[in-house]
Amino acid sequence: MDLFEYQGKQYFARWEISVSPGGVADTVEEAVTQADRAGYPVVVKAQVQVGGRGKAGGIKLANNADEARHHAGNILGMDIKGHRVNRVWVEHASDIKHEYYASFTLDRAARLHLGMVSAKGGVEIEQVAEEDPSAIARLHIDPVQGLTEADARTLVEDAGLHEEARGGAVETLMKLYRCFVEGDADLVEINPLILTPEGQVHALDAKVSLDNNAMFRHPEWAEYAATEVLDERETLARSKGLQYIGLAGSVGIIANGAGLAMSTLDVVNQAGGQPANFLDVGGGASAEVMTNALEVINSDPNVRAIFINIFGGITRGEEVANGIVEALTRVQINSPIVIRIDGTNAEQGRAILKEHESDRLMSRPTMLDAARTVVELAARGARSA
Amino acid sequence: MSIWVDRNTRVIYQGITGSAGRFYALRNQAYGTQVVGGTNPKKAGTDVEGIPVFATVKEAVAQTGATASCIFVPAPGVESAVMEAAEGGVTFIAVITEGVPAQDEARFYNRLKQDYPRVRLLGPNCPGIITPGECNIGITAGEIATPGGPVGIVSRSGTLTYQALYELTQKGIGVTTCVGIGGDPVPGTTFIDALQAFHADSATRAVMLIGEIGGSEEEKGAAFIKSTLRKPVAAYIAGVTAPAGKKMGHAGAIISGSRGTAQAKMEALEDAGVRVAINPTQAAEMMAELVRSL
Repeated sequence: MDLFEYQGKQYFARWEISVSPGGVADTVEEAVTQADRAGYPVVVKAQVQVGGRGKAGGIKLANNADEARHHAGNILGMDIKGHRVNRVWVEHASDIKHEYYASFTLDRAARLHLGMVSAKGGVEIEQVAEEDPSAIARLHIDPVQGLTEADARTLVEDAGLHEEARGGAVETLMKLYRCFVEGDADLVEINPLILTPEGQVHALDAKVSLDNNAMFRHPEWAEYAATEVLDERETLARSKGLQYIGLAGSVGIIANGAGLAMSTLDVVNQAGGQPANFLDVGGGASAEVMTNALEVINSDPNVRAIFINIFGGITRGEEVANGIVEALTRVQINSPIVIRIDGTNAEQGRAILKEHESDRLMSRPTMLDAARTVVELAARGARSA
Repeated sequence: MSIWVDRNTRVIYQGITGSAGRFYALRNQAYGTQVVGGTNPKKAGTDVEGIPVFATVKEAVAQTGATASCIFVPAPGVESAVMEAAEGGVTFIAVITEGVPAQDEARFYNRLKQDYPRVRLLGPNCPGIITPGECNIGITAGEIATPGGPVGIVSRSGTLTYQALYELTQKGIGVTTCVGIGGDPVPGTTFIDALQAFHADSATRAVMLIGEIGGSEEEKGAAFIKSTLRKPVAAYIAGVTAPAGKKMGHAGAIISGSRGTAQAKMEALEDAGVRVAINPTQAAEMMAELVRSL
């Protein structure tokens, strides 16, 4: 789960990382109130989870209430790369002497934590990595030992941060690492981490991505989940406990297992179609799970045909078929359905489906056959729509 | 022959009194696995259909001579369950539980590596391991696998593994061992570990590799195949058309930037001389061809 900048800064503040005083606003008047409170000059920042806000005009400096009102009015409601701005963060503007970069993440290849620091902050770190990889200091950290102060110092020195920033940067890194581990983040990133003319090291931005698997020990994350940006289909799927990702195509997909679901997207593409979603119903395929899955697919107006792809392992083919048939009595489906059942007792399952077969419900023995059929049906559905 | 588990493997189930733990312990036992016990500190002294329940792994090992543990405890308890298993003296640990926090995984993987280097960890969030006809630890439907080899399977995906086992069985091809390494960010066992073990196992004469998007483990596996493995390999990578930045069910299955794409993995494997399929059925067909020409 990715946090908005303002949430990331509030998260950082729990580990006493230095951030600017400020507040959020959903209306122009609220923005002016927050600006008065933070003290001018202020920066009005669009809260969207996409890079390049500044270039898009989503970050503006205001020296007084009129300017704050003007900028907030422009930024609220703005569209930045398809993300609508519903909220701004207004904070006291900092004087910047130097801009740096700092982050912690998990290096999956090494199965260790990875700390990265650079003296080239304020620009996209991917760009720095490409153009001048030596400008980024990297250090692997053993998750058992954790980050030591000596490690943090090494990172800061290797990155070539200015002498006067080093003490504050080491302190910030120690806090940021604790935020990463205790805060169960997949990624914590400060870009830019600034040095002020007064010699303070300070987080001017905050990028935090939380590990959803750790939700059970962070009840306070519920407020972040409430502001998470999901499309309507994803919200419905989540409420039903399904693994769903919305895509832009016209073939609705239901499969059991993440790997098989991904593989189903692939074969639909190979057959010339475009998947409308990724949906993994997990190991079983009971009537209840199938009903939920079909309801979610049905809520997507772009879907023209549905592909149900189930491999029966411990769940046997006839149970899967009965679950699907039962689900179809509970949901009124808008699109034709193609089903492929394989694995344990697949033949019994197919026999059950055969009794219910029509031009709205078809069974195909292999994944490829099913994909070809469903893609053809989706194309036909699109033409008649 | 096989890798890591066989008919002599004696297994305990941590979390045997939970519904999943009980269900699969009994299924694994019915398959022929030597299921010698389970643990639950609150239910020590009782049994699950005749399988004795102990308070701790240490006690279970002392009483039963267990060599492996299969972990079904809920995600919040997995880190301590893994450490208890290692301290208790088993040398093979399979964690089936899904939803384990990445910080926990990173910690217990490295702790095992440092303090218990002889212990092999499989998972978390994996289907387990099966040496057909001898030992099935985890949630694989053993009935769909044919014993005897010559194919060794290593896979990141559960259902695609079942599909591979099933299709090989349809073609009359047997499997030495099938290892499901799972799709989490910090897997205890990687493709390379399994490939090295298959390399050393004389009964395994061909290998099937099933990967998916995310990470770089398939690429590392490809490098090992190219440099060392002198056995034919067929592979399939799921997620060719997955969009960047979206987690596809598995926590590890995510393309970030240009890294982790299926294309890059397929190219690396092809470069290593691997036959790479574009769907699971074709992968089984390629495997059958390779086996016929052994």
